[in-house]
Amino acid sequence: MGEAFGLALDLVASGDGDLIEIVLLSLRVSLTATALACLIGLPIGALIAIGRFPGRNAVLIVMNALMGLPPVVVGLLVYLHLSRSGPLGFLGLLYTPTAMIIAQTILIAPIVAALSRQVLEDLHAEYAEQFRSLCLTKLQTVQALLWDARYSLLTVGLAGFGRAVAEVGAVIIVGGNIDHLTRVMTTAIALETSKGDLALALALGIILLVIALGVNAAVQSVRMTAARQAYV
Amino acid sequence: MKLNTFGAATVALLMAGGAWAQDQSIIVQSTTSTANSGLYDYLLPIFQDKAGIQVNVVAVGTGQAIKNAENCDGDVLLVHAKPSEEKFVEAGFGTSRTDLMYNDFVIVGPGEDPAGVGGMEDVQGAMSKIAEEGALFASRGDDSGTHKKEMALWSDTGVDPTAASGDWYRETGSGMGATLNAGIGMGAYVMTDRATWISFDNKQDYAIQVEGDEDMFNQYGVIPVNPEKCPSVNVDAAQTFADWLVSDEGQEAIGSYKVADQQLFFPNAPKN
Repeated sequence: MGEAFGLALDLVASGDGDLIEIVLLSLRVSLTATALACLIGLPIGALIAIGRFPGRNAVLIVMNALMGLPPVVVGLLVYLHLSRSGPLGFLGLLYTPTAMIIAQTILIAPIVAALSRQVLEDLHAEYAEQFRSLCLTKLQTVQALLWDARYSLLTVGLAGFGRAVAEVGAVIIVGGNIDHLTRVMTTAIALETSKGDLALALALGIILLVIALGVNAAVQSVRMTAARQAYV
Repeated sequence: MKLNTFGAATVALLMAGGAWAQDQSIIVQSTTSTANSGLYDYLLPIFQDKAGIQVNVVAVGTGQAIKNAENCDGDVLLVHAKPSEEKFVEAGFGTSRTDLMYNDFVIVGPGEDPAGVGGMEDVQGAMSKIAEEGALFASRGDDSGTHKKEMALWSDTGVDPTAASGDWYRETGSGMGATLNAGIGMGAYVMTDRATWISFDNKQDYAIQVEGDEDMFNQYGVIPVNPEKCPSVNVDAAQTFADWLVSDEGQEAIGSYKVADQQLFFPNAPKN
């Protein structure tokens, strides 16, 4: 453990080029996937939150269950589609960062949709009468809800980001863990573990944790700054 | 209109997040031992400097590497399971197979050597003894080259270890390094290629117990993927890479790679 901490500090202090490359790719892939998942998941969550339609309960159950999608299954499905012998093989996306972004987006979009649905539904229950009295259209309602719940939704986004940046099962299949091309933090950790270099693997794990901490702290500070200005 | 904006934003994000300059590059579907032992980190820069071709290595078990190549997801196959490789070429997926290099398999075990096989050369004898004693044995169990070799050796001994699967015979279903970690964790014997073992960092009290039997020979081969089956293959670059590996220069580079002063791979491509 101590050795791993020392190694982590050394790696960071020396500004190791390979490490920086891997960290940046991890952030690029997982942040892009989170943004995409929000773009897809938030509207779906909002529509289901305010909508009343037959089969709604079944949709909720499926959406909640999809939060538990195993990364390796997502990886396999995306692989089968992006493989040269698959239906989307002509795009040549397998073993690229784009493939990793697609896999992680599929993995976390249900998390964003399901959690935001709950947040927005609770909020909607509070405001429903007010909305009715203002005769808002559905679109206006969704917009008002999304804006009002924006701080809670940040946490939803963070939950998605946390899942994306921590998973290894999907990106190792569709990315291939190719050095200088698709190697990210988690696949590098898996690789070092398989080389038996447990100290280095753990050091990379510590760095990954610190990065996750940094992203969360950044979001938190944005949120607090915004909240302070709102009350001035 | 709304939908268009949404679609455009999605595509823009994907492009920005995934943007990558592609010049001349190939994908090698490879066994793990050549990657985990650091051979590619040594070889590829030499080749890239010379040929200007970027080589991207996907290191998975031999079984999966062959499967991926059959799906046309690679330009070159570099693995170690000759019968499967020949089948791959016969089925038209590869243009030709060339012997590239060799090393050997060894059986590693805990220092106290519970089955008493230390120093044995007869690998089938040692494996029979491990089975008789019911000493723990961790197998890859993943259809990799090493796993295929191990199963062939078991079938020589007449023991069917899978009957004891979960008992003394533990199939990890994972890569060489992960299986070594698991085996060492539970005190089991493990069959591994020598290159992975020498460069493995988590040996603890483990040592090579069985080595030297000619049945433990481990041959690696290189196969360019056939453009007739896979039109997407970067055929010229793949052939250039395969040719370089078996050329005098490539062979010399392979032979000069050392970890802890030990040569890991012994070049044996046919001279032309």
